[in-house]
Amino acid sequence: MSATEESPMEEAPTRSRRARVIRRILRNSGIIVGGGLLLVIVLAAIFAPLITSADPYAQDLSARLLPPFWMDRSVPEHLLGTDHLGRDYFARLLYGARVSLGVGLGVVVAAGAIGITLGLFAGYFGGWVDMVISFIITTRLSLPIVLVALAAVALGGASLQTLVLVLGLLLWDRFAVVTRAATQSLANREFVVGARAVGRSSIGVLFGEILPNLRGAVIVVATLEVANAILLEAALSFLGLGVRPPMPSWGLMIAEGRENILFDPWLIALPGSLLCVLVLAVNLLGDGLRDITGPVTR
Amino acid sequence: MVAFALRRLVVAVMVALAVSALSFGLMFMTGDPAIAIAGSGGTAADAEAIRIAYGFDRPIIVQYADWVTRALSGDFGRSIYFNLPVTEIIVSRIPITLKLGTLSFLVALAVAVPLGILAAMRPNGLVDRLALGFAVLGQAIPSFWLGLMLIVVFGVWYGLVPISGTQTWRGFILPVVVLSYYAMPAMMRVTRSGMIDVLSADYVRTARAKGLPEWIVIARHALRNAVLPLISLSAVQLGVLLSGSIVIESVFAINGMGRLAWESLLRSDLPVVQAIILILSLIYVVLTTVSDLINAMLDPRIRGGRA
Repeated sequence: MSATEESPMEEAPTRSRRARVIRRILRNSGIIVGGGLLLVIVLAAIFAPLITSADPYAQDLSARLLPPFWMDRSVPEHLLGTDHLGRDYFARLLYGARVSLGVGLGVVVAAGAIGITLGLFAGYFGGWVDMVISFIITTRLSLPIVLVALAAVALGGASLQTLVLVLGLLLWDRFAVVTRAATQSLANREFVVGARAVGRSSIGVLFGEILPNLRGAVIVVATLEVANAILLEAALSFLGLGVRPPMPSWGLMIAEGRENILFDPWLIALPGSLLCVLVLAVNLLGDGLRDITGPVTR
Repeated sequence: MVAFALRRLVVAVMVALAVSALSFGLMFMTGDPAIAIAGSGGTAADAEAIRIAYGFDRPIIVQYADWVTRALSGDFGRSIYFNLPVTEIIVSRIPITLKLGTLSFLVALAVAVPLGILAAMRPNGLVDRLALGFAVLGQAIPSFWLGLMLIVVFGVWYGLVPISGTQTWRGFILPVVVLSYYAMPAMMRVTRSGMIDVLSADYVRTARAKGLPEWIVIARHALRNAVLPLISLSAVQLGVLLSGSIVIESVFAINGMGRLAWESLLRSDLPVVQAIILILSLIYVVLTTVSDLINAMLDPRIRGGRA
């Protein structure tokens, strides 16, 4: 009797809570604008071959440095002009989004795995485990990130894989700090103590009970680190120690356009503006998510 | 306070040691440094000669101990490219980087603090929204790109500033603008949220109720308590500015330590790179330690249970 009466009552609050969350998401302009912009960029990156038929690697030395459509001398087959090797700039910008998004995603997965694991262990076990992990975090924070990343990429040989690996090994600190603090506050809650009492292993409690409760905080950190990774990739590629030419990376395109900065500044302006828009979108989304998930992160 | 200071100093020394091991180990992380130094054109015999000349044939622990003891006395070995003592090269390059970093830090502080206070006085007001927008934009703009665009507009189109170098004070304007805009958003946000917390506190209400003018309430009562997180962040940002100037120095062709680090990397001059990584890390360790001690002095709660 009680079972049939209780189930709808239990369901009602969850459903209304979900509705409330959705309403909060829809009312948050950061999530709508940031998420919308990000979605457009992601779709453009995925469907790049359908959007343009131009090959981002195809050189045409007879059509070098053609200007984009709003300037004189522009040609209709190259909407945004061509670079110093005659490659279609629109195609390179589109495919460049793949590099930025791929780096952002890959780095965050690697960094998240490291940082979350360290943070869970430090926050849950405390004592000397916490001391050691906190020490590792402090040491990592003391390293000049741009220089260490540059050095590691230089020694490991510049490539997309090296870059993602190096940045993943460097950008886990915020994941660790946030996870550690959140785990500390959850470690003595009833559901954790209960799970321990019925004999779940520490690993089971950490990843089965505590981790699911950290979703909100982790997602917020993840968006911030995606933005961070995208900016670092661009900076490293700009300095010639990121992805290698001829790959269409926005940072690399800015470096290549630099030689023609006097007469064709649009070569730099275009990829840079796209970087801004992408990072802005990710940050707006992150800020919006932080607003609706509550004050978990610093 | 003494106990806290001692504990904090022990941690600082340990972190410094760990950092030194890392910057030393970087050379060995990807295999044989002798082959890296010999370059792609080097033969096996070249690599062997280099191995002996640099002492790479000794156990790593011995090499590390040797390197750290020398570094403590200010000897970072010889640059492979310049064939000069690393210390000498760095000493000639470091002043301009410090000048650029501290100048940018001061500009960032001078913009961030007043803006943060104004924004906090009316949360969600017009000033707050504009300040937040300014900060959000600053966090999204890649600093090297902003530098290039400013060069195009103010250097090339209007010719107001030199497009590279720091021969005159005008050469400093754009790099300082770019670097300070890079450091400003975080500082503005911390000032703002700290002030919002403090302005709703009881003692601020009391100060207002006493009839004190608003600027005295803010300057004497509120700001003092909102400043603690700003001190910690300032230490971090100053460190970030010094290492972030690598990119900016190469954009503006400034002959500082950052550009030296980058060029040394491109020519595999590892002793110079190691030394710069270590120096930048140590500057960061010193800055954060000092800021922790200042915070502990200002706020007894941070020192922990025992006084």
